[in-house]
Amino acid sequence: MTAILESYWQSYLWSDGPHFSGLVVTLWLLILAVAMGFLLAVPLSMARVSHNPLLRLPIWCYTYVFRGTPLYIQLLFFYTGVYSLHVVRSQDFLNAFFRDGFNCTVLAFGLNTCAYMTEIFAGAIRATAHGEVEAASAYGMSRFTLYRRIILPSALRRALPFFSNEVILMLHSTSVAFTATVPDLLKIARDVNSATYASFTAFGIAGVLYAACAFFLIWLFRRGELHWLAYLKPRTH
Amino acid sequence: MLLEGFGPQILLGTLATVKLALCSLLIAVLAGLIGASSKLSSNRLLRALAAGYTTVIRSMPDLVIMLLLFFSLQMLLNRITDWLGITQIDIDPFLAGVVTLAFIYGAYFTETFRGAFQAVPAGQIEAARAYGMTRGETFRKVLFPQMLRHALPGIGNNWQVLIKSTALVSIIGLTDVVKATQDAGKGSMQFFYFTLVGGLIYLAITTVSNGVLLWLERRYSVGVRKAAL
Repeated sequence: MTAILESYWQSYLWSDGPHFSGLVVTLWLLILAVAMGFLLAVPLSMARVSHNPLLRLPIWCYTYVFRGTPLYIQLLFFYTGVYSLHVVRSQDFLNAFFRDGFNCTVLAFGLNTCAYMTEIFAGAIRATAHGEVEAASAYGMSRFTLYRRIILPSALRRALPFFSNEVILMLHSTSVAFTATVPDLLKIARDVNSATYASFTAFGIAGVLYAACAFFLIWLFRRGELHWLAYLKPRTH
Repeated sequence: MLLEGFGPQILLGTLATVKLALCSLLIAVLAGLIGASSKLSSNRLLRALAAGYTTVIRSMPDLVIMLLLFFSLQMLLNRITDWLGITQIDIDPFLAGVVTLAFIYGAYFTETFRGAFQAVPAGQIEAARAYGMTRGETFRKVLFPQMLRHALPGIGNNWQVLIKSTALVSIIGLTDVVKATQDAGKGSMQFFYFTLVGGLIYLAITTVSNGVLLWLERRYSVGVRKAAL
């Protein structure tokens, strides 16, 4: 165990020499996917709760498909499926984009987590107290101002516990990235496994690192909830 | 033809996936019931064991646990067969898949059932004991049916996640629907089309399970009044 740690700790944590690898790549994937998911999910969740079926139904369809199929299939779809199309290969930009496993992985992860986040935010928006919305309309706010000042600030706060859950699930989901040749934490663990045959240690180290990240994220989100959700705490007096 | 002759292969893969998911579900539910009973027991050692199990499993990715168990179990078995001096036994990938998935999702079911057991009012159990029911009868006739109503939404969620997790078993060498569709893609050089087919099969499975879950929830909520909003 100490021998493996001594010779591979650097690959596990951040670099296998010429390239970044291991934990750093896993976290970078997580940050990119969550950022992309969040930025897309906020407008999509607004469309998801819209009264207009032309806005609502396509978003429903998107979340239904992405939440109803495994992330691994979605990754395979973008990595092997899309790239096998002649149309994609004949265009320089698309060809360059889909040839890189990292791009496909971020795209698949981002779209996947965005589908879950859209439903989470849409649920929170629907749970907004109707009196707040009426009061805002009475003040003469436009729909945009209504969303910006009233609905989104409270809905995003109330969604925070579910959002943190989704981020932890995404951290765990990043482990399929190695199937698209991304040198993430699990790829290093597999390499160490095939180099040393010490399966339990090789995968155990990766597992402990994943768990440590999960606990750190949970701690971080608890702090955030204490700060942003303080007004929802049960009153004690 | 629609599936270019790969139809039977894909059908077999789909059956393997469904069989794997159902077998794992069954064992995981049993593990969850045992885990929840340990978590709620008065024995401190059992409680600590169950807490360790759920914390460790739920903090690591499924795939890591899968690979860890798959390789380590085989090596452990090899060591035992070496020691006994018999020929090497290869673990069947299907069995390995069921065991690892059940072990992982047992932890999630433990938490689901723990919450559901705690949601049954203590007065129900006291009343059952007052009627002279034994512990077993109390569990079977009072605690379990009421617990199930609270547990069903959680069971449904876990099932949906479990179904999607089965896609990962092709990585440890099982011929499931993912492997079958990827092989078909390789054989026909139509990866795009066959990956779509794989996705649609999963979508069909989750859609059917949604319907079944809705029916079950209605069935077990008979006599429960919803607050009229």
